[in-house]
Amino acid sequence: MARKTTQTRKAVVTIAAWLIGIVIFFPILWTILMSFKSEGDAIKAPLAMLSSPWTLESYGEVQARSNYALHFWNSVVLSLGSTLLALLIAIPAAWAMAFVPGKRTKDLLMWMLSTKMMPAVGVLVPMYLMFRDLGLLDSRIGLVGVLTLINLPIVIWMLYTYFKEIPGEILEASRMDGASLRSEILYVLTPMAVPGIASTMLLNIILAWNEAFWTLQLTTSKAAPLTQFIASYSSPEGLFYAKLSAASTMAIAPILILGWFSQKQLVRGLTFGAVK
Amino acid sequence: MTTTIRALLGATALLTLMGAANAETTITVATVNNGDMIRMQGLMDDFYAKNPDIKVEWVTLEENVLRQKVTTDIATKGGQFDVLTIGTYEVPIWGKAGWLVSLNDLPADYDAADLLPAIAGGLTVDGNLYASPFYGESSMVMYRKDLMEAAGLTMPDAPTWADIKTAAAAMTDKSKEQYGICLRGKAGWGENMAFLTAMSNSFGAKWFDENWNPQFDQKPWKDTLDFYLDLMNNYGPPGASNNGFNENLALFQQGHCGMWIDATVAASFVTGKDSTVADKVGFALAPDNGLGKRGNWLWAWSLAIPAGSQKVDAAKAFINWATNKDYAALVASKEGWANVPPGTRASLYANPEYAKVPFAKMTLDSINAADPTHPTVDPVPYTGVQFVAIPEFQGFATAVGQQFSAALAGSTSADDALAAAQELVKTEMTKAGYIK
Repeated sequence: MARKTTQTRKAVVTIAAWLIGIVIFFPILWTILMSFKSEGDAIKAPLAMLSSPWTLESYGEVQARSNYALHFWNSVVLSLGSTLLALLIAIPAAWAMAFVPGKRTKDLLMWMLSTKMMPAVGVLVPMYLMFRDLGLLDSRIGLVGVLTLINLPIVIWMLYTYFKEIPGEILEASRMDGASLRSEILYVLTPMAVPGIASTMLLNIILAWNEAFWTLQLTTSKAAPLTQFIASYSSPEGLFYAKLSAASTMAIAPILILGWFSQKQLVRGLTFGAVK
Repeated sequence: MTTTIRALLGATALLTLMGAANAETTITVATVNNGDMIRMQGLMDDFYAKNPDIKVEWVTLEENVLRQKVTTDIATKGGQFDVLTIGTYEVPIWGKAGWLVSLNDLPADYDAADLLPAIAGGLTVDGNLYASPFYGESSMVMYRKDLMEAAGLTMPDAPTWADIKTAAAAMTDKSKEQYGICLRGKAGWGENMAFLTAMSNSFGAKWFDENWNPQFDQKPWKDTLDFYLDLMNNYGPPGASNNGFNENLALFQQGHCGMWIDATVAASFVTGKDSTVADKVGFALAPDNGLGKRGNWLWAWSLAIPAGSQKVDAAKAFINWATNKDYAALVASKEGWANVPPGTRASLYANPEYAKVPFAKMTLDSINAADPTHPTVDPVPYTGVQFVAIPEFQGFATAVGQQFSAALAGSTSADDALAAAQELVKTEMTKAGYIK
């Protein structure tokens, strides 16, 4: 009886998980489907749209009109650059907070997180003025800095959580063996926290790839990533759904593929330390 | 050795001079994603042939993103753009603030006198033309000739709101998903409020009296909103409170609307290849109520130079090329007269070839019927037909739009929506110092 109940429960949970998964993925699926339709067919009712002929014309037009390679390359540089820089700052910071906590460590962590609660537009003008004066408008270096700073609280928080799970005695033992602080972090702590660091890195790459406020405000052409590539295909007057869908599909494809291949590491990292 | 050094120095000097002679000026043009602007990007070879020393970099963005970005850049003198695509709403505000470069000194072949007076009037501040119109539009009635004929009705060229109601009632057949009229319902200062503000002008309503007191508690606004809600609730499509330009375009193209009152630029879409009713569409002026003002708006996408630009001469050369009469001829030669950007120059409408385009005359008549400097029946302290040209308008008009959209959705009453609009606009205008 108990076994039957467990089986039924498992089936219900599985169906519910699938349903939630489908609901979450549906907008992406619909975008991909729409990208293979003509503009005229894309605005038809769902069933009529699905039964209309498939075409690559929107992809052709998007390729002809925009420099996809440049936007793609900018997205890669910005997301990887900001992630590596954030890790470089966050690993020592999280180490200090996890293993040498001070009286105000918790307050410091909360304060860092609170900076994420402020709407970005609130600091748009001062940021813009600083970028203008430093000559950083439309530059990749400037944006790497901004993306690093806005994701840093999350990176530090995640790493702090992972590091807390590592017994401090192991680090202590390495110190007794004569390891310097640098060696302790590099050769003892980091290898043990690889799953956590990997998932933090992946999550940060995804966040940086999808960031669409600062990347739109602080770039024009040279440093503009894929977010601007998408924004250029929306229009208040005229048909644009198919081209916008094609541009969106091209923009999200790389990160979808990355997410698909690294899902094991992502899940492992995200559940690291969740069950003791 | 000395000879070698001299030769090297000479060669360097020569190369520097050659470099200077070939120095290329790159200008960055910020623009919206619409068909005319995209077409222009495909015709740049002509510009480069005439201006080999100027290179153009395009930044194409969605309208609202562009507006926010360009506003930030121009207010902070960021200098990221040399040419901006801006609307009729921004030009008087930015011109007055000294944020734009005057275009009064464009070359003689630009022929400023050829610009349509209604359009040029909206882009001129204190005698200075601050933006050159690239494409202009008004709004008009687009209707199904076949459905009108089946109902035994004829649409006048200049209908009244009563005519529109009669036609909407006659063409509605909800069992066939055929709705008499499709109008904007989506909230936003450029969405439902563009339509409703223009409509209210024909009902004798206004946003403010001469002392900047909001007027939503007055009868003309109540008449406007009641009429609009009655039309849409009885003869409009379901879910109309979510419909903007594109949603109504899709409905009309698929044969679900008997009439659609919206931008004149829609005419080329509803008669285009994606429309299932392309050969059945007629055009008429936006309706009136016999008070001397029609319910049509006036808008132009125009090119302007921000005061922070370091490349004003190159930017002016580009604007002259893009908005000159020759550009219309260039588009016509490559893509046909129907694809020439409409609504900016009298010479285009005097051209017998362009007169053959089915919606050309009604577009011109609609533009000429709008007067941005005297938009309302009674005198008002502002300019703008479907907007009030003050910086605060975007914010509170969107909030009013949300109230009216909620009334259309049925989640609030017309009276409550008007009362809320009156209150919120009064608060904002007091805060901004217009009401002492």
